[in-house]
Amino acid sequence: MHVEVRGLNKHFGDFHAVKDVNFTITKGHLIGLLGPSGGGKTSILRMLAGLETPDNGEIIFHGQTVNNLPPQERGIGFVFQNYALFKHMTVFDNIAFGLKVKKASKTAIRDRVMELVELTGLKGFEKRYPHQLSGGQRQRVAFARALAPEPQLLLLDEPFAAIDAKIRQELRAWLRELIERVGITSIFVTHDQDEAIEVADEIMIINQGQLEQKGTPWDIYKEPKTPFVATFIGESTLIEDASEVKGFKGAGDGKPTKALIRPEYIEVGNLHEFKMASATEKGVVKHLHFRGSEWLVEVEVNGHKLVTYRSLEKETLQPGQDISVLVHRAYLFNDERSWIQENNLKEDPMPIFI
Amino acid sequence: MRKLWIGLTYLVFFLLIAAPLGKMAIGAFSEGFGGFWDALTRPEALHALMMTGLVVIVVTLLNTLFGIMMALYLVRANWINRRLKGLLNSIVDLPYAVSPVIGGLMIVLLLGPDSALGAIFEGIGLKIVYAIPGMIIATLFVTFPLMVREVMPVLQEIGSQQEEAASTLGARGWTIFWKVTWPSIRWAVVYGVILTVARSLGEFGAVLVVSGNIMNKTQTATTLVYQDVENFNVTAAGGIALVLAAFSAGLLLLMEWTKRRKEVQ
Amino acid sequence: MNSLLRHKGWTWGFRTTILLYFVVLIVLPILGVYYNSFSLGFGNFVESISDPIAWKSVLLTLKLAIIATLINVFLGTMIAWVLIRYQFIGKALLNSLVDLPFALPTAVGGLMILLLLGPGSLIGKAAEALGFEIVFHQPAIVIAMVFVTFPFVIRAVQPLLEELDPSEEEAAYTMGAKGTRVFWHVILPSMAPGMISGGMLAFSRALAEFGAVVLVAGNIPGRTLVSSVFIFGEVESDNPVSAAAVSVILLTLSFLILWLINMLQMRGRRS
Repeated sequence: MHVEVRGLNKHFGDFHAVKDVNFTITKGHLIGLLGPSGGGKTSILRMLAGLETPDNGEIIFHGQTVNNLPPQERGIGFVFQNYALFKHMTVFDNIAFGLKVKKASKTAIRDRVMELVELTGLKGFEKRYPHQLSGGQRQRVAFARALAPEPQLLLLDEPFAAIDAKIRQELRAWLRELIERVGITSIFVTHDQDEAIEVADEIMIINQGQLEQKGTPWDIYKEPKTPFVATFIGESTLIEDASEVKGFKGAGDGKPTKALIRPEYIEVGNLHEFKMASATEKGVVKHLHFRGSEWLVEVEVNGHKLVTYRSLEKETLQPGQDISVLVHRAYLFNDERSWIQENNLKEDPMPIFI
Repeated sequence: MRKLWIGLTYLVFFLLIAAPLGKMAIGAFSEGFGGFWDALTRPEALHALMMTGLVVIVVTLLNTLFGIMMALYLVRANWINRRLKGLLNSIVDLPYAVSPVIGGLMIVLLLGPDSALGAIFEGIGLKIVYAIPGMIIATLFVTFPLMVREVMPVLQEIGSQQEEAASTLGARGWTIFWKVTWPSIRWAVVYGVILTVARSLGEFGAVLVVSGNIMNKTQTATTLVYQDVENFNVTAAGGIALVLAAFSAGLLLLMEWTKRRKEVQ
Repeated sequence: MNSLLRHKGWTWGFRTTILLYFVVLIVLPILGVYYNSFSLGFGNFVESISDPIAWKSVLLTLKLAIIATLINVFLGTMIAWVLIRYQFIGKALLNSLVDLPFALPTAVGGLMILLLLGPGSLIGKAAEALGFEIVFHQPAIVIAMVFVTFPFVIRAVQPLLEELDPSEEEAAYTMGAKGTRVFWHVILPSMAPGMISGGMLAFSRALAEFGAVVLVAGNIPGRTLVSSVFIFGEVESDNPVSAAAVSVILLTLSFLILWLINMLQMRGRRS
């Protein structure tokens, strides 16, 4: 279903939890609401579900304003963080609940429940009770239960937060596949960026009640619109004064500008490894960590600690070693704007024609 | 050392419970089984036992219903602001702090023949104080917190998520209560019922004041015991008291059995 | 839970009924007592309270309730200890019997004490021979109060003892502490909150007790007339205002204690 939200606001007492949020979601998409805890993501989700009422703003499903509709009538499926399975009912009865409410026939119920049981890989567990299941199994029952009444919108509140790390990977992939197969519009809340990046078609970054950016994971990564988004996604180092970095002198036209440097923006190595030796500056290797497929290198440059990766193919560096560092580009921002800038020394000032 | 403490404990229980019970049983049968039976089947005794039964049934039904509702509102309702909820919560406990005689006094002051409300009711021909309605109200007051206090912690512990889940699946008020909430609070309610029955069975002070203890009209089993003692009719008093004690013992057994069921959840 | 209670017609019906029930049953009567005690003016209120019989009953009740509470705190803690820490035959039975005073009508309890300790009984005769009297005198009142408040301290201390981590004691032992020291410095402090809150509940209940007391006490003003019996007497003598005045004192005292217990519990939860 096509979902639109306009001017959404919510206060809890004095706390302004959701501030003027606007967005549109295309039918069939899987959207991740990503952000730090307490940022307002769950509140937005619950307002979409009808479990909380907004102070002002509109929520529109398929062109119809649903603000005054209770959760029962919105045609949604909700998966809770702690599963919220009905403890006194078997797996079968849990999944069948929504259908029984709709007064479907016994055969219809049985067919649909068995279909979902197969879909979620819970065959053979129908007669079990929630306390007899593992965390992963319970979560799958929660999915099946939410999907049974064929909702138009699926809402998931940190669905994997309570699950073991090992199972989490499997369940993520499984969820993505399931949602694609069923083709249902879905919105899920998470504070884990890896999860959002892996599962979602589009991500909305929510911080302190505000929508910072909405876009594909790649867009958000490549072109962060606000400093928060830039710092939130991926690992990076923040440098207070961008001019201190070689190649970025005068950045920001004299106004105090900060620089955010991602590990991928930096290259380290011996001087002879670089083409543009003039753009490099001297640094000292502080720490090396083996990461299985590459080295994580911590270098100190000009009093700043930078972090980057180095291929295993290249010559191995040693702690304490003097090396050269090239900052290819940086995400710069000040009070007025933010942008990505290339190292201005990378252009050879004197092109040599041979 | 340990034997000393265990021994002392047994002694306390014996002195405080076993010995008095035994003495009372002896006293009740001091004129043989015939004496015991006569005391029980006196017209005023039968009437008193029936009164007690009536009060217990009505009070338990009403306070179970309203107690569950009150607990639901105090824990789940979003439309009551938090401070008001806290105030209501404290007020629920008030009957615990009120001496039963004061409880009875309150009803007499509020609804007695000399009061404004009481006069209105008597005008319609409805006697409250010195009649059954007053006795029921007094017992309702005294037993009110019991059910509320049993159900509230359970509601708080299970959280509202299962109910929210049910609402997203299309269920409405009654369905949600019956299918989701009730299975979780069931045993707490049963325990609350037993407590309420025990308390209304044993209610004495408030009922004594409100009923006027009119023999064959507004007398309950407990106030009859009081009357018998005042009249030095120890055998009769002992007989009724023994019957009450037997009921209490039965209720106690039920209490203990249910306590275990409600905690297993 | 808007979902549970949102159906409009039902909602308003339920809400008004429950609030009405609550107000009429609980709030109004209590307000009524306060109102009535001052209904003939503040002067009359003071007069009622300054009646020596009235204030002596309050003092007597306080004194006897305190004694009963202290006895209960000591006995209750001991019994809670025995029931939790030791295994022995009949433990389950005794544990269940603890709740008996909750289940038994107070009048029956009073009768039991009367029969056991009264002039016709063995103990009563023995006591008389030794020169002190029990029934119709203060000792009987205290015994009655102890009987009805018996479960409070026990049930308050038991969960604390159950939660007590054996490793706390073991740690103390490994540091060289001996039995009594461990008891005073490790175990007693853990039991203390239960002893205090149970004690306060017991005190509050003892103050208010009527049924068990009225059967075993005489009604000698200043000696064996407790407030609850005094109030009863005033009602029977058609002096509702005087009864209300003393009730107000008792009520205010009980509310204060209740409020104190609530405060303590909240502070306990915060820590």
